[in-house]
Amino acid sequence: MYTQSPLYNNLYNHSMLPKIKMNLQCPMPKFDFDVITMGHGSGGLLTHKFLQSGVFDILKNELLDQQHDGAIFELNGKTAFSTDSYVISPIFFPGGNIGDLAINGTVNDIAMCGAEAKYMSLGFIIEEGFTMNEFWEVLVSIKNAADKANVKIVTGDTKVVEKGKGDKIFINTSGIGSIHPKANIHHNNIQKGDVIIVSGNIANHGIAIMSLREGLQFETEIQSDTVNLNHTVLKLIEQFGNDIKFLRDPTRGGVASVLNEIAELTQLSFYLEQTFIPLNDAVEGACEMLGLDPLYVANEGLFLAVVKKEIATAFLAQLKADENGLNAAIIGEVNDTHPGKVVMKSRVGGKRIVNYLTGEQLPRIC
Amino acid sequence: MKFLSEYRDPEMVIQYVKEIKAITTKPWTLMEICGGQTHSLVKNGILDMLPKFITMVHGPGCPVCVTSVNVIDEAIYLSEQPNVILCSFGDMLRVPGSKKSLLEAKASGADIRILYSPLEAVELAKSHPEKQVVFFAVGFETTAPANALSVVHAAKQGIKNYSILASHVLVPPAMEAILGDDENKIDAFLAAGHVCTIMGIDEYYPIAEKYKCPIVVTGFEPVDLLQGILMAVQQLEKGVYKVENQYARSVQREGNAMAKDTIHKVFTISDRVWRGIGNIPQSGYEVNEQYKLYNARLKFNINIPFAEENKECISGDIMKGLKKPKQCPNFGTKCKPEHPLGAPMVSSEGACAAYYHYASVDDVLID
Repeated sequence: MYTQSPLYNNLYNHSMLPKIKMNLQCPMPKFDFDVITMGHGSGGLLTHKFLQSGVFDILKNELLDQQHDGAIFELNGKTAFSTDSYVISPIFFPGGNIGDLAINGTVNDIAMCGAEAKYMSLGFIIEEGFTMNEFWEVLVSIKNAADKANVKIVTGDTKVVEKGKGDKIFINTSGIGSIHPKANIHHNNIQKGDVIIVSGNIANHGIAIMSLREGLQFETEIQSDTVNLNHTVLKLIEQFGNDIKFLRDPTRGGVASVLNEIAELTQLSFYLEQTFIPLNDAVEGACEMLGLDPLYVANEGLFLAVVKKEIATAFLAQLKADENGLNAAIIGEVNDTHPGKVVMKSRVGGKRIVNYLTGEQLPRIC
Repeated sequence: MKFLSEYRDPEMVIQYVKEIKAITTKPWTLMEICGGQTHSLVKNGILDMLPKFITMVHGPGCPVCVTSVNVIDEAIYLSEQPNVILCSFGDMLRVPGSKKSLLEAKASGADIRILYSPLEAVELAKSHPEKQVVFFAVGFETTAPANALSVVHAAKQGIKNYSILASHVLVPPAMEAILGDDENKIDAFLAAGHVCTIMGIDEYYPIAEKYKCPIVVTGFEPVDLLQGILMAVQQLEKGVYKVENQYARSVQREGNAMAKDTIHKVFTISDRVWRGIGNIPQSGYEVNEQYKLYNARLKFNINIPFAEENKECISGDIMKGLKKPKQCPNFGTKCKPEHPLGAPMVSSEGACAAYYHYASVDDVLID
């Protein structure tokens, strides 16, 4: 989550940001209003018209079309279910916006359970005065991300809050899907000797957002990595089954926080090599300038996998052949030297404990 | 990454560690002044690589750590005044005042903004003429030029609703306070490279001479630090005490003339209370007479009771190098980054936080 001072909103120049390419099949319908008003969340005629011509048309599917209070469907066997709220600011950023983030984030949470999200709910909390143009851009991104992830939005909710009581738009999504029959993802499966793999460059999302807020520019623009990982992950599960012990997407708190959580749960030691951790040059530079440790910076299209040593090479090869795993790397292994701790060999050869982050990473003074 | 990776080269690091080991015949205690150096030593695991004879103690060079509880209280008081926007570097927000921190004041409704540059605060004042914008100007000689520049900019543009709460501290008086302490254990200093980039190194010659103490101006990357340590140990082993400059790629003897001019234009040298250490004469900057309209202390009638430091925090002993964080009975128990008793556990450059976050794998540095 990125909370921020209102100042950033003042400094934040929307016109500087790359616009999402509009899907030509989705021209914005004619709304009676340029901005969203309290009436759009009242539940009356305005809400009805807004949902009909806006939300339902673009997200249409046979379950949503029933326009019932909830969606009714069948699922087979073991099921994964997850929810997340998205309050990011700025809502538009290089590489995505709050819309595709809200879909990808929940799809990925389900994927980390070893399942493919099939159905999703979508809840909006919109601040009065949010422009229809921006809302439409977000909605189109939601549709595109859902289509790409092959997930259907089957139920939802829209509320409008008074100006000043929100920050443009907040989104909540929940997802549900069946667990792949070969999947057995649980931290209890992790053993000494297992290998830790990361699916790509770390810290891109967090630094893309921070750079935008701080007005930092680099030779190559840093893009958020937001993407749906379900197809990538399910293919790996299909191939390697329960030799994949554990999966997690290191969003808030970054790679270090996830590894600390599982180190604590398993009472094993997670040993990393700093030089193995893939990091984009511009992101590394931004981290140096902002005084941030990339291990704690958020990711949105990345996952960590703990796999059986025997399959690590083949797993990495398959992942690297996938569009979402081009920069994947083995970053360390599980051992029992420091139970419950994450240990990293620094680039100069020293070793240290990588601890939990306390609160937010705050920019340093000098 | 260019200009950084060269100074993080593992082979050079190993080479320097070998050289330090080869020449060290006695135990030596070195103090690195700057919190940035402390973090680099700990984060890169360098303390574990040094020979046991070399003890690194961590100096007072963390502006967040040395800002007194009364100054934090002043900032909180200002942030709670109607129509005031208080701007601060992020690090300061979690530091406990006598009753609360700025972060808690913010959560209770005070308008507090985290900025990277004081010039943003001037812009903020320009765009909010109906508000009083106060910048919490903390830091060593490194942040002083930019903070001074913000005042110059505001004055040039005739911006009247901007002021700074200056709590600047200076390195050389603090070094003298440490060396002059009866219990002083420091054999040599690694001076702070960034401070010297601004101020030059002339101030350090009389200190090296008076206290017979080697001073090596040192950078922040692993190779810099090890080279600085090597240079200091070489002097100690030979029994000499000179000022040397390891960080010559950034530091020139005379410093940065333009930055120094800006400092002297706006600030005057004043006494300053250091958290945990007490008052050090002539150890800080205050806004001078010419720019008094931009001095928040004169602009606002700050009416707060004098607050005692938290007695449970031994930050003074830690910053003077008399104790290590792990020797504090509250380290990691009553005092943690989420509930700090004192500032060194808060700041990203504080020695306690460095030990807490980047603890050595074998705890050798906290024995």
